[in-house]
Amino acid sequence: MTLIELKNLSLGYDNIPILEDINMTIEENDFICIVGPNGSGKSTLIKGILGLIKPIKGEVIYHNLKQNFIGYMPQETKIDSNFPASVFEIVLSGTLNRLGLKSFYSKKEKQIALDYLEILKIDKLKDKKFQDLSGGQRQKVLLARSLCATSKLLILDEPSNNLDSKSKKELYKIIMNLNKNYNIAIIMITHDLDHDNLIGNKILSLRENEIFLGTTEEFIKKVHHE
Amino acid sequence: MNSIIEMFSYSFMMKAFIVGILISLCASLIGVSLVLRKNSMIGDGLSHVGFGAFAIATIFGFAPLEFAIPIVIIASFFILKLNDSGRIHGDARIALISASSLAIGTFAISVTKGVNTDINNYLFGSILSINDGDLFLSIILSIVVILLYVVSYNKIFAITFDEKFAKSIGINTNFYNIIFSSLCSIIVVLGMRLMGSFLISSLIVFPTLSSMQVFKRFKSVVISSIFIGVISFIVGLIVSYNFEAPTGATIVITNLIVFIVFKIIQILRVRRK
Repeated sequence: MTLIELKNLSLGYDNIPILEDINMTIEENDFICIVGPNGSGKSTLIKGILGLIKPIKGEVIYHNLKQNFIGYMPQETKIDSNFPASVFEIVLSGTLNRLGLKSFYSKKEKQIALDYLEILKIDKLKDKKFQDLSGGQRQKVLLARSLCATSKLLILDEPSNNLDSKSKKELYKIIMNLNKNYNIAIIMITHDLDHDNLIGNKILSLRENEIFLGTTEEFIKKVHHE
Repeated sequence: MNSIIEMFSYSFMMKAFIVGILISLCASLIGVSLVLRKNSMIGDGLSHVGFGAFAIATIFGFAPLEFAIPIVIIASFFILKLNDSGRIHGDARIALISASSLAIGTFAISVTKGVNTDINNYLFGSILSINDGDLFLSIILSIVVILLYVVSYNKIFAITFDEKFAKSIGINTNFYNIIFSSLCSIIVVLGMRLMGSFLISSLIVFPTLSSMQVFKRFKSVVISSIFIGVISFIVGLIVSYNFEAPTGATIVITNLIVFIVFKIIQILRVRRK
């Protein structure tokens, strides 16, 4: 089942395209890693998919998925680590797209937040302050928040940034588990091409003048050839 | 105690008291989001624009509030770059706009001369200048700010914590940015008459900063900021009356003392851990 279709999509800023003529679909259960050097348009592409920027050309078509029901996890570094907030305040804010015209959370939204805290095994952190957490814990909190916003597609922007290798492995295990056992499609930007990071089944590689989309095996073969 | 009773027997004091409480309350509430989003300087920038606008209004005989409020709101849109296409960074934009407004205001005054008492009041504030119009406007403003905060509290939290995420789940962040900068402008213009152009921004920044030293949850920061802002105002007003000191400055000093006390509490807490 197709979730999102990108059709002749060109994205950029001030009408200057960074990415041109992208055609691809994101299917149910996909796990796509986006790789490419800085400035290749990885973040621009996910902003386009999320509807944070308007396409210069072409379109993003949402099938079986509402645009505001995608779970987005921005880079942790973009978030003020001294922000005064409890873990539960943050995670619960992920359910805001379910509220519609209502102003306040009901039991239903609170239960969703509690469920994801439990799935990510951070239910004990519920009343902790965000600024007292470790980097790895903070990532899990942000992941729980984005999960509250979706049941179909997660978009992760370099989730393993700034994590030590142990926390990174743990986070990847969680993400793979979400993909396999909870049927959540995943798009993940990853910085380094280390094989350990290519945990998805598909790769979208963005390089100037060259866009590759294929399975992870195909990508690894191709890289070895070069 | 007698002096406090005497103080409130003056109708201008009573007006200043009510207007001040309402403005402090609104400034503290709006301030939480501004400070946490690293837009603390916006109040300062806007107060200079307000000064320029008041100066022009005085010279040409326009009604000051009616002229200054729209001008400051427009300036706030430029400062908060409501679209992402801005090529000058936020802090540079504030510097540009605030210095220009001060210069235009000062130039206009010196060329036309006269009318200097009003200008002095705008710079340093004067409780004597509070009139029924200010009173009426601050009541309306407080109702709007409080209603907005209660109804949109959860959305305001989401936008303040992470605007991109909030936008991605369908919250109209642009709408809230426009509302926030408009409200901030009105607070600055109204508060300027009481606090002075140089000091009004402290009402926006101080309560949140003090509160954040001790409180670490969003809800507790919001609630405690209101109390800190309002209580500092009341204490400052009473002290300034008794010592015949300038009101604005006394209120800022009160806020500063609160900040220092809260900072010490925080340091002691960290040590004990």
